[in-house]
Amino acid sequence: MSDFVFLYRGGERPASPEAAQQVMQRWLGWMKDLDAKGHLKDQGHPLERSGRLVKGRQKSVTDGPFAEAKDAIGGYTLVQANDLAQAVELSKGCPIFDFDGAVEVRPVMKMNV
Amino acid sequence: MTDSCDHLFRREAGRIVATLTRIFGVQNLALAEDVVQDAFCRALDVWKYRGMPDNPGAWLMTTAKNRALDVLRRQRTALTFEPELARHFENAHALEPAVDELFDEHAIRDDLLRMMFSCCDPRLPEEAQIALVLHILCGFSAHEVAAAFVTTHAAMEKRITRAKKTLAGSKRLFDTTAAEQCSTRLPAVHRALYLLFNEGYHGASPQSAVRADLCIEAMRLVAVLLEHPSVSTPATCALRALMCLHASRLPARIDATGNLSSLFDQDRSLWDQPLVREGLHYLDQSAHGSEVTEYHVEAGIASVHAAAPSAAETDWPLIVSLYDRLMAIRPSPIVALNRAIAIAERDSPAAGLAEIRRIADVDRLARYPFHHAALGELERRCGRFDAAQHHFRDALALARSPMEQRFLEQRLALCL
Repeated sequence: MSDFVFLYRGGERPASPEAAQQVMQRWLGWMKDLDAKGHLKDQGHPLERSGRLVKGRQKSVTDGPFAEAKDAIGGYTLVQANDLAQAVELSKGCPIFDFDGAVEVRPVMKMNV
Repeated sequence: MTDSCDHLFRREAGRIVATLTRIFGVQNLALAEDVVQDAFCRALDVWKYRGMPDNPGAWLMTTAKNRALDVLRRQRTALTFEPELARHFENAHALEPAVDELFDEHAIRDDLLRMMFSCCDPRLPEEAQIALVLHILCGFSAHEVAAAFVTTHAAMEKRITRAKKTLAGSKRLFDTTAAEQCSTRLPAVHRALYLLFNEGYHGASPQSAVRADLCIEAMRLVAVLLEHPSVSTPATCALRALMCLHASRLPARIDATGNLSSLFDQDRSLWDQPLVREGLHYLDQSAHGSEVTEYHVEAGIASVHAAAPSAAETDWPLIVSLYDRLMAIRPSPIVALNRAIAIAERDSPAAGLAEIRRIADVDRLARYPFHHAALGELERRCGRFDAAQHHFRDALALARSPMEQRFLEQRLALCL
């Protein structure tokens, strides 16, 4: 088993309370499913949409966001899978795809190689 | 029929918007709605990863409160408050305790009531009042309200926007502490909640003939009225009784094959007995004072049905007399039609037919499928199958949902 990070990018804000309800139930269901199948190593955290970018020798500080809002990373999760192909398959269950979002699947580099 | 956590966001939206509108002022309704949406997005972000907290409602409320404090700190000087609140907000240090107080459970309950009365503004047409109640207090999106009332999203959006403008333009929320104003406005509130319930019960929604959600929401709001002694009048109790007694039949309205089942054919063992008991309790409570409203009479009719072991063993003479009473209080072609059906049961199908033909304004029923269905049913019982078929075909052409259609097809098949 190897570790992978799912980075959640973009995704629409729910348009109504009922939509929020559905988004939440689907995410909870998806996370639960990953966990039940032994793939969930750390459910991760959401990230604030705001922040600062510190850059260059001058250490100039600018306000976020750092990317187009539609590409901004909203959170991450750490999963375990046999290989990248399986991790990609797992990511396809994420509800974010129905809300104009994307999942970036990145293998965690192995330290002992 | 129980309240569940399934509609947590919708339910909390109404409570939070009501409270925030009280804080920011009714003219800033849109700001209140933004803050709620913001709070919901934050909650979602956290819950998606970390799961739901033990008390999600309180979590949402706290998040909204913190957002509200942010807004107040930034925009306090730009907002216009109601005089009694402005005093509390003058001192920046006292802001937090003042807002805390406004988010107290009792205060929120009062805010819900205030908002309910504000939505039922007589300057708004009834359908706009109901749309506003559903949208603001029940957290339905314009899209969902449109689906419930079988109208287009665009038309509903327009209706809600216009109604909100009227509400926001009223400068102040309705003052529910003014007893006289309150009792003057109460009938409009009753009426809106009654229509909301009816839409759920007899609604024309194409997805399902029974929009139980609307019934649940209407009952929840009547419960809010009952919690406030000043508006927990006999008429409010009667309205609650009527809703409980009707709702008790919801489990039997759709039979095992997913088809609509009429009162005459329902499996009465499926009626929700706790709701029947609650209905009878409130009917009892409603029997105070001298005022007899249409809700009293309708609850009375429903209680006669609730007490009958079968359609045949129903006290039809009593039902007919109650319909006579209802016709005297609030005459309508639909009430007249129901009265005619009761007369058919009490006397004969022919007598019922004669009554239907005698209905004033009968043309107002021309687009109502169950008017034609009633004619068909009574003709069939008179043995005139040709005439019955004709009426059932008229009814079928007007069916508003696949469920109604299947129901009418089955009745038609009995005449072939």
